[in-house]
Amino acid sequence: MQQATLNQRKILTSVLAWLIGLMIFFPIFWTILTSFKTEADAIASPPMLFNFSWTTENYTEVLSRSNYFLHFMNSVIISVGSTILALIIAIPAAWSMAFSPTKRTKDVLLWMLSTKMLPPVGVLIPIYLLFREWGLLDTRTGLVIVLTLMNLPIVIWMLYTYFKEIPVDILEAARMDGASLKNEIIYVLTPMAVPGIASTMLLNVILAWNEAFWTLNLTAAKAAPLTAFIASYSSPEGLFYAKLSAASTMAIGPILIMGWFSQKQLVRGLTFGAVK
Amino acid sequence: MATTHTQRTAKLMVSPSIILLLAWMIIPLGMTIYFSLLRYNLLSPGTESFTGLDNYKYFLTDPAFFAALSNTLVLVLGVLLITVIGGILLALLLDQPMFGQGIVRILVIAPFFVMPTVSALVWKNMFMNPVNGLFAWLAKLFGAQPFDFLAHAPLFSIILIVAWSWLPFATLILLTSLQSLDKDQMEAADMDGAGMLAKFFYITLPHMSRAITVVILIQTIFLLSIFAEILVTTNGGPGTESTNIAFLVYSLSLLQFDVGGGSAGGIVAVILANIVAIFLVRMVGKNLEA
Repeated sequence: MQQATLNQRKILTSVLAWLIGLMIFFPIFWTILTSFKTEADAIASPPMLFNFSWTTENYTEVLSRSNYFLHFMNSVIISVGSTILALIIAIPAAWSMAFSPTKRTKDVLLWMLSTKMLPPVGVLIPIYLLFREWGLLDTRTGLVIVLTLMNLPIVIWMLYTYFKEIPVDILEAARMDGASLKNEIIYVLTPMAVPGIASTMLLNVILAWNEAFWTLNLTAAKAAPLTAFIASYSSPEGLFYAKLSAASTMAIGPILIMGWFSQKQLVRGLTFGAVK
Repeated sequence: MATTHTQRTAKLMVSPSIILLLAWMIIPLGMTIYFSLLRYNLLSPGTESFTGLDNYKYFLTDPAFFAALSNTLVLVLGVLLITVIGGILLALLLDQPMFGQGIVRILVIAPFFVMPTVSALVWKNMFMNPVNGLFAWLAKLFGAQPFDFLAHAPLFSIILIVAWSWLPFATLILLTSLQSLDKDQMEAADMDGAGMLAKFFYITLPHMSRAITVVILIQTIFLLSIFAEILVTTNGGPGTESTNIAFLVYSLSLLQFDVGGGSAGGIVAVILANIVAIFLVRMVGKNLEA
């Protein structure tokens, strides 16, 4: 008897949750669907759900017409490049703060965090003028530099929380056994640190891929990543729904898949360990 | 245990990060403060002159500033209201036993990974467009007039778009916190005959309060700087109806080339963000000791 009401309740929650889940996901679903329609079908009234003539011409057209591949590669280079650069700078810092903390480590960490809270408009003009001076406007190098510095605090924080979880006893045991610092890092620490580093990398690539303040303000045609390229569809060209959808689908596809793998890291990375 | 040698190594390892972040913060911020004290327009180079606090006086008495300030507050509060309440309800729902929980979670989380320009344009064109948008079709289906969202309720429309992007974040964090709730406590409350609402208000909500605060603080930091969504949907308009402070600073400095005025606005934005940041940093700091 009780089992029956429990089941009933489970079915009810499932239906409700699925309905809400599908509603939240609907704009993404609709974008993907529209990307396979002809422009005429895309604006048909009533809207066509599946009964349209499926086509991939939007993809071929977007790819052939607009240098889409260049912007896609810009996104890849900028997000991966800035992530790797940030990791190179952050790993030693996080490592030393996690394993040889001093009295000031906590203050340093919190100060680093506070730099992340500086609103970008507060430094927009100097960065813009300096970049103009140095010829870094509309270059991938310029964006890699900015995004590295912007995400460095998050990277250090995430790595710090991961490194903190590595048991120090193991390091001491290795030290007792006469392992040098070099061997300690290579054989003991690295294998335990790799998962944390990989998670940090994943989240940071996502954040950099979707960054849309600096990418919009510091690029024009050459170095524009997908965020800025898609923004160009806000012109009347955006009225070509099918093409907008195809360009959008390709822009969010890779990151959506990566994102689904990074749900846990997201909580850790964006709450700075304040929620567990 | 640490020897002076390892301590020196440790310092050496941290210093690149500190120096870089210090440079990234101090140099541009110092320049912004300096520019904010100049009469400086990129259209007439070489005529920079010191004007003291005049830029602040102009910026803070500009009607556009008041519009931008109130728009910023409405935008932040509106999105917070939707995402926090929606997030609590969704987290409670997703915490229940159900079929296909993993897939529902994926569906709910997805919008967070959509880049701002894409989400704004998809909503603007395919949903809110008064002629071809889905909302217009729905309105006509029920015999109502299609509503031109971005022309007549620009700020509200942007709130909707941004809330859609951030609802997953709030849900995910609140769900994480909910899952660490002590089940024994719930069972004990059940034994005592506590009702659903009593359990929610006396056990669940207090347990989540910390996570809710974190969600509010972190989202506020990001929401104060909303930019891309405004740029591609309304361009701050009509008039200044959907201009927030971030967008006002952008348009002053990069569209009107008023470096002095834009810088003063930037400093005002920094001060606003700092008010929130102080609380957030303090909360995180407390957790570090524990």
